[in-house]
Amino acid sequence: MSSEQSRSDQPHHLGANRRELRLLARNGMIDRWFERGTCSFAVLVLALLGAIMLSLLISAWPALATYGADFFTQTRWSANQEVFGAWPAIYGTLVTSLIAVAIAVPVSFGIAIFLTEKCPAALRRPLGVTIELLAGIPSIIYGMWGIMVLGPFLQWLAPELFPAGTGLATAGIILAVMIIPFITAITRDVMSTVPSVTRESAYGLGCTTWEVVRSVIFPSVRGGLVGGVILGLGRALGETMAVAFVIGNNLFLHPTLTGQGTSIAALIASQFPEADGIQRSALLALGLVLFLITFVVLAIARYMLMRIERRAP
Amino acid sequence: MRNENSVYRRRRLINRSIMTLCVSAAVFGIVWLLLILFTLVWQGTTALSLEVFTERTRMSGGGLGNAIIGSLIMTVGGTVVGTIVGIAAGTWLAEYGGRSRLATVIRFINDVLLSAPSIIIGLFIYAVVVLPMGRFSGWAGIAALAVIIIPVVIRSTEDMLKLVPNTLREAASALGAHRWWVVVRVCYSGARAGIITGVLLGCARISGETAPLIFTSLNSNQWNFFNLGSEMPNLPMTLYQNMTINSFIPRQVELAWAGALILTAAILILNIIARIVSRESNKR
Amino acid sequence: MSSSNLNDESNLPAGAQATAGERPTIAKPRLRSPGGETTADVATQAKLEVEGLNFYYGQFHALKDISMTVPANRVTAFIGPSGCGKSTLLRCFNRIHDLYPGMRTEGKLLLDGQDINDGKVDVNLLRARIGMVFQRPTPFPMSVFDNIAFGVKLYERLSAREMAERVEWALRKAALWDEVKDKLRQSGQALSGGQQQRLCIARSIAIKPEVILLDEPTSALDPISTGYIEDLVNELKQDYTIVIVTHNMQQAARVSDMTAFMYLGELIEYDRTSKIFTQPGNKRTEDYITGRYG
Repeated sequence: MSSEQSRSDQPHHLGANRRELRLLARNGMIDRWFERGTCSFAVLVLALLGAIMLSLLISAWPALATYGADFFTQTRWSANQEVFGAWPAIYGTLVTSLIAVAIAVPVSFGIAIFLTEKCPAALRRPLGVTIELLAGIPSIIYGMWGIMVLGPFLQWLAPELFPAGTGLATAGIILAVMIIPFITAITRDVMSTVPSVTRESAYGLGCTTWEVVRSVIFPSVRGGLVGGVILGLGRALGETMAVAFVIGNNLFLHPTLTGQGTSIAALIASQFPEADGIQRSALLALGLVLFLITFVVLAIARYMLMRIERRAP
Repeated sequence: MRNENSVYRRRRLINRSIMTLCVSAAVFGIVWLLLILFTLVWQGTTALSLEVFTERTRMSGGGLGNAIIGSLIMTVGGTVVGTIVGIAAGTWLAEYGGRSRLATVIRFINDVLLSAPSIIIGLFIYAVVVLPMGRFSGWAGIAALAVIIIPVVIRSTEDMLKLVPNTLREAASALGAHRWWVVVRVCYSGARAGIITGVLLGCARISGETAPLIFTSLNSNQWNFFNLGSEMPNLPMTLYQNMTINSFIPRQVELAWAGALILTAAILILNIIARIVSRESNKR
Repeated sequence: MSSSNLNDESNLPAGAQATAGERPTIAKPRLRSPGGETTADVATQAKLEVEGLNFYYGQFHALKDISMTVPANRVTAFIGPSGCGKSTLLRCFNRIHDLYPGMRTEGKLLLDGQDINDGKVDVNLLRARIGMVFQRPTPFPMSVFDNIAFGVKLYERLSAREMAERVEWALRKAALWDEVKDKLRQSGQALSGGQQQRLCIARSIAIKPEVILLDEPTSALDPISTGYIEDLVNELKQDYTIVIVTHNMQQAARVSDMTAFMYLGELIEYDRTSKIFTQPGNKRTEDYITGRYG
């Protein structure tokens, strides 16, 4: 604040010598540039989001302008006939993600409860580390496994439900397997933030393990649990590679859970490389829709977390 | 215990059954994941050979050498760019932003970017880099990967700098150090391990990203060391193509599994290094 | 408390008439205290002068119209119950409050007659002139050597040999050299609590400040380390002006020449330590010293 003036010619109040004054001037300047420089990088992040929104909107505009509301309600996507309806893809995205969350949440919570409350101490660390490492495996591996192992297995198990082994349910299961380590890791971290005194005092009242978990641990970390689940949902919604292999790429709407279908990300990944003109624009519009969906999900998560935090004592 | 009443018996029964469910959930989940690892290792090792590393990718047969090199170049490039931007922005948020309106907005935006689908990032880079340039390129791939890693680095930099106690900043300031020097010399050395961990985890994440590369670097069968202006071969795209459009060629599927094993091993190693770095710093 | 705990009287600036100072005196005839009482004139050079200082944390009025003079080459202690503003006042002396938004200072604070809140004063240079040691030891995450070299390098350019000499000098001055001379390359955070605190003092001394501010320097330490630090304070006042905030009244009595008693943001009484602890002029001071509250 005062370094500006300290460079003036007047003798310095603190009896600084020439060298010190020079140093002060230099450092004062670096100080200002350091703050400005880092700030501009931070603002770059802001600009990045704006640029993503804007570029998607601009390149999606031709398709949105041509098809208007039909874009969202049409029940098929046919590039040859230039009919672009996003509804099958949106439906597929939502259904696969919900199947994934429905399977992954109970399993993840179960694993997390096991890890924090019941697991023998010798197993706790290795299991925890394994879960965290599995959360880092790239999604394409899950997709490859889905087409190689899970698809044929389901086909063999229930041929009438999965005539080709692929479909929305297959994709949902793959997504569930993919987000289980992710949700488990968050849930376990959140649960271990409950102070052991709280836990012990509940056990001291004679509570069973389940009663401690249900009445003491879960209520005190509700926000974190909801946040973890929603982050998992966000992952499932935007996932491309785990889904693209096994969803079946059927571009007509099939309002079933097990039939073949498509999701937004899978549709973009499979059609974009050969797309041109209005089709490309329509695919970019799909991207915009996906971005908005994940944005809304995240905003809801944050709103809920905020409300829960405020309610907490 | 003799005076067990019915209430207690009921509670114990509920507890037993739910705990059994939990254990079976754990077994179920872990078996599932082990199955994937087993398939990966089984399929991968049978296809692994020296040629996989030395030969380039071909229409049929060949190896993965060029894809591995290309992935390496793009991952390192993306990590370097993303680290510079991410650390700078994270520093501003932690040291200067405070609770100002701008900082709050940027934090929220960063959360949005952190969980934005990577395919969207790919589309964005396609629209702003590939379309104007008129061709797919390694530069576009690096840009996409950098945009993905930036929010990861920002988050970990900010969190780690916030863990540096304020008393250290005060103490350094009390010696007459200027703010920037306090940040560079004291805060960074306190947060170093955490920031490195964040960068390594981010690097692990982008090295497996496939979706954004479809629209940015695409893929190539040629050796491409540093010609970033043209299509860049890379491992994830090779896996994707070998498992989809080339899946009728058995050798390509085998190669895909070998590549998957290499990719996963690299990512696991990065994760383990990150873990060791953060544990070493905790010990001190 | 027994008077044997008190400092040697001859060390003190004596009463109003006794001008037996070994230093040239500066005309500073009156020391005001808010109670309207006049206390003893200080027959030594004034290092820091506070005139009508008010300080606000946002809306909270933390310091109320403080006026006092801190004599050079003496130890001045601030005592008072928690939250009385003694640390806040200390932190005004090197403007460490500037690091945080929402803090406001009014009034004058003079170092050698120059207002430190003046826009012409560079706050970083000011802090180099006025060193500070904090309540908890604050070694930087670097080696013992670098901890000390950190501050020296800010305003001086020394050769490697000169730097080594300076580090040794500072560590000797802080009575730490013998304990750490073989550990100079080890992390400063690996030392014991008492050693860390002496390292912080050495770090402050190394840049040769004029004033050293100590903010409850021993409150996190064991009795033996506390003894070391108190000896050190006695040692250091030959060369430096020392201001110490303490919770511990015995400590104030042991180490200080002048004592200021503060309560609820006001300076209640400020006088020679011997007088404060034997015949305090104010009822509240007496109550506090005799342990009625605090």
